[in-house]
Amino acid sequence: MPIAFPQAEAATPPKKKRQWAMVIDLRRCDGCKKCTEACQTTHDLPQTFEWIKVFEVQDKQGGSYFMPRPCMHCENAPCLRVCPVAATFKTDEGVILVDQSRCIGCRMCMAACPYGARYFNFADPPKPPSPFAQPTPEHPVPQIKGTVGKCMLCVHNTVDGKLPACVSACGMQALWIGDLVEDVATNGTDTVRLSSLLKDNDAFRYKEELGTSPRVYYIAGHGQALQGA
Amino acid sequence: MDRRTRGLYIERAVWPIGRGDRNFWIAVAVLGAVVAAGVYAWIYQVQRGLWVTGLNQKVSWGFYIINCVFFIGISYGGAMTSAILRLTNAKWRAPLTRIAEATAVAALLVGAVYPIVDLGRPDRFVNIIRYAQIGSPIVWDVTAITTYMIASFVFLYLPLIPDLAVAREALSLSHRREAKLLAPVYRFLSLGWRGRPAQERALARGVGIMAVLIIPLAVSVHSVLAWLFAVTVRAEWHSTIFAPLFVLGAMFSGVAAVIVVIAAFRKVYGLQRFIEAKHFRYLSYLLIALGAAYIYFMVSEYITDGYVFEESTTPVMEALFTGPFAIAFWAFSIGGLLLPIVIAALPGRFPIARAVGASGLVIAGMWLKRFLIVVPGMAEPIMPWDWGRYSPSWVEVTITLGSAAAIPLMLILFFRFFPVMSVHELDEVEGRYEPAHAPLAPGYAPLYAGGGGDD
Repeated sequence: MPIAFPQAEAATPPKKKRQWAMVIDLRRCDGCKKCTEACQTTHDLPQTFEWIKVFEVQDKQGGSYFMPRPCMHCENAPCLRVCPVAATFKTDEGVILVDQSRCIGCRMCMAACPYGARYFNFADPPKPPSPFAQPTPEHPVPQIKGTVGKCMLCVHNTVDGKLPACVSACGMQALWIGDLVEDVATNGTDTVRLSSLLKDNDAFRYKEELGTSPRVYYIAGHGQALQGA
Repeated sequence: MDRRTRGLYIERAVWPIGRGDRNFWIAVAVLGAVVAAGVYAWIYQVQRGLWVTGLNQKVSWGFYIINCVFFIGISYGGAMTSAILRLTNAKWRAPLTRIAEATAVAALLVGAVYPIVDLGRPDRFVNIIRYAQIGSPIVWDVTAITTYMIASFVFLYLPLIPDLAVAREALSLSHRREAKLLAPVYRFLSLGWRGRPAQERALARGVGIMAVLIIPLAVSVHSVLAWLFAVTVRAEWHSTIFAPLFVLGAMFSGVAAVIVVIAAFRKVYGLQRFIEAKHFRYLSYLLIALGAAYIYFMVSEYITDGYVFEESTTPVMEALFTGPFAIAFWAFSIGGLLLPIVIAALPGRFPIARAVGASGLVIAGMWLKRFLIVVPGMAEPIMPWDWGRYSPSWVEVTITLGSAAAIPLMLILFFRFFPVMSVHELDEVEGRYEPAHAPLAPGYAPLYAGGGGDD
């Protein structure tokens, strides 16, 4: 939810740093893939680019549940360490971005990422770029052929106080965007205290054992195993 | 070795120099056509982008990374056999070292191109130097490969210096004009070599240093190539044994390649008198030892993983032993590892044919092994529900074939200008350091005139 500042203050927004985090409530996700579609529309991506990908997971009881997987924005990011040219970097708000004007396309980061969150631009992006298109790490639209792209937590939205495309597209309010500094999270309808949301629902981080310290938390609830948490 | 044999040796060593017969041009044309096809495929890929390959989001490394590891591995044989034979002062090495060292350089030149072929943006290759991140395995690779390549060139070049005069003389016998044209090149390359005792000492020291240096450099290259995989969190790759396994595999395939190349040049250039069955037997011993060590490393790797059957390593292990990669895995384990060792180790007739047959199997097997490292490691379900698929496109296959043909092409062209067997090395192992006393083959006497004795 955008925070409404008085006009005078909005001109010079407070310089408070945020530390972005995401919470995904698996109890609510119904696998409609609206988040994926919204992401692809926002970033002019082809169908095969699922920066937030919804997996259907078979659990041991024979049932299944849905699990959206964005970039985990790891605090100890394996992709960041292996990049030979520092095209992948972490912002001071904890978001991992890719400078596609520097990336050489070696795909080492794709081998390193334990979540398969990175996508290589084998071909040109589907839509012809607008004549004003100026891709930057904060707004990588259109994607650049021969380089690697991935979920960038819509920093082009959050910088303006807007929600990431996937969060606002989710009709089930299963996706939350939060700030660890202010300890607040919102799914577009409700705004809650982030720490209570995580604690009360036994949130876990995927593949916690790898030590990557993801900024994305999951809330289990369909009988799936609680990992890490 | 008597004077006559030495003359014959030189005659054979320089026989290919200046050669321009029909067979030579047919070989150059055929190999050149395959190389040209590979270059065309690469241009085709550069113009269109990597979508022309079979690579995809899941399996984003394929033939190019396999080939990089494979061809740099091939180059090991040259560097290692030649260095080891020098350091252990094996007297039988003389006719082999030149071919081994040249093979190393040719294979390395091919292997070193592959990281660039694999890039999505080859035009930005220079970024690796501009923005080099010392923590990235890619930067380690570029550094190690470059260093190793320079060392390999020097290791080929240094022992070549005393032979340059022989080469120029031989060329002028068949192609006087060409020899005249190239005389400044030979003179420049020979760095004022006169065969003086001081120069001999300096050369011996230089070659000795390079022989020692090339071993750790070679080890470093395949270690960092292994770490390219091992520093990721993928279960199949994230293994401490990877670096030694890669180094050993490279030596294994490299020695096999040297055996094949030596056999080919022995036959085509008529070197049978000097490269005998015993040479192949000795190289076979090396091959058997390395193969046995490789089996030991592999068993060690799979026992530690397979006994526990940890959740993360299970999918790839199953895929290799009984799953979709089982045919390739057992073909490699039996046909590329056990069988060649048995073939090479058995006593009996046809030692050369058996050594070459075993080596061919080893080379094919080690390519397959690199495939089994790269592709299942990439395709394994890191999000536990989706296996990747990979089948190479014609572009990747054509580039692979073209690059393989580039190795014999480069060797043939190289031996068109430089002696295929080291003459100076022969004199060294036969104990003829003093050119003044060296009985010379007819026609080569002027080479050493004016040299020696003046310091």
